[in-house]
Amino acid sequence: MRFVDEFRDAELGRALAEEIHATVEPERHYKIMEVCGGHTHAIYKYGVDDLLPSNVEFVHGPGCPVCVIPMGRVDDGIALAHEPGVIFTCFGDMLRVPGSTETLLDAKAQGADVRIVYSPLDALRIAKENPDREIVFFAIGFETTAPSTALTLRRAKAEGARNFSVICSHVTIVPPLRALLESPEVRLDGFIGPGHVATVIGARPFQFIPEQYGKPLAISGFEPLDVLQSVLMVLRQLVEARAEVENQYARVVPWEGNPRALEIMDEVFTLRDRFEWRGLGFISESALRLSDDYAEWDAEERFAVPDVRVADPKACQCGEVLRGVIKPWECKVFGTACTPERPIGTCMVSSEGACAAYYNYGRFAREREVL
Amino acid sequence: MCLAIPGQIVEVVDEVNRLATVEVAGVRRTVNIALLDVGETGAAPGDWVLIHVGFALSKVDEDEARATLRLLEQMGADYEQELEELKASVIE
Ligand code: SF4
Repeated sequence: MRFVDEFRDAELGRALAEEIHATVEPERHYKIMEVCGGHTHAIYKYGVDDLLPSNVEFVHGPGCPVCVIPMGRVDDGIALAHEPGVIFTCFGDMLRVPGSTETLLDAKAQGADVRIVYSPLDALRIAKENPDREIVFFAIGFETTAPSTALTLRRAKAEGARNFSVICSHVTIVPPLRALLESPEVRLDGFIGPGHVATVIGARPFQFIPEQYGKPLAISGFEPLDVLQSVLMVLRQLVEARAEVENQYARVVPWEGNPRALEIMDEVFTLRDRFEWRGLGFISESALRLSDDYAEWDAEERFAVPDVRVADPKACQCGEVLRGVIKPWECKVFGTACTPERPIGTCMVSSEGACAAYYNYGRFAREREVL
Repeated sequence: MCLAIPGQIVEVVDEVNRLATVEVAGVRRTVNIALLDVGETGAAPGDWVLIHVGFALSKVDEDEARATLRLLEQMGADYEQELEELKASVIE
């Protein structure tokens, strides 16, 4: 068993793998979606899939925040970066995401003042240091990241930082999952739930998956042992014809989530009527914008944002990857025209993206290593 | 930006804004601990926390923190980059 020696507890890893082999029914095929890009990364880095029986398949979900940002939204960010007097701040992952004509990195090369920040609080500090400039922060991420933006905005408001604004592109995890479950395109059997998002929203919001769609879900930690254990939890439910939310990551994830984080998000954000997701199209009430109390800090209010819908490049099959319809290596440009150095699509940009995970860990084809 | 890195709280430096010095992978940085102000007690010096984009997201025990750190170290380039960005962070 390749890699298993690197697990925190190799014995436990082997035992879990053996138990998974003993649990599955050989005539059935199991498709399990790991929602979060962090899990995709762990699965390929540690060869977790190599430990599974061949009739258990991972389908990669839409839980990579960089990957799901549509091209038109990237263009909006780039347009703001080119506004005179603006210092445009974003996480490092966004720099190389292709917009329709350029990336933020290209914009920077042409003289736009684009700066990488580790935290939205760094962006706010830059605003204080540059009172004569306009500082815009490109806020992306699921519910894991949204509370950080919210607390930063609350502080900006308290301190009257009027040269600071946010282009809010935060998204929420439940609507895309529902969209995937409603779509006839992919039949999923169960889910590995996103551990970090669940520290904020809790396990409860995932209950609609077993209750309304009859599919099991296990909220999972990020170690390979966690993922293996979560897979076993989901498979056991399937074999026993049960469907519920189980919390493998209970040592960190409270069932009700983090009330502080939920309260501050509720104060600062409100649901957008709809938002475009790369590959999934428009999904209603799936993203956040600033609430009216915070309109003054909303970059979309302060500047003219193009807000143009842009179709993905023809060669790009990120949509199908994000919907779990194809595996990354099935995209025609995977590893040739599209590489992490020169990405065509978002799934190759972020290390959490499925294409980058496949590429970085040498998964160029279907064949699994024989155990 | 998707990573959550474990660190240990050294001291609370700004009560109003809930900022604390945290030791992360051998460096000391300031992070916001307001999200942990749940119930009677918030985070305190000595606590291990998972840090995401400059905010402590959850408390973890020391074993969990060390295991997570080991896992991150094995990630190589992505973790290195995240650490570089963290080192450049000056939250005040
Ligand atoms: S290989 Fe590139 S273009 Fe194809 S799906 Fe992946 S990221 Fe998109």
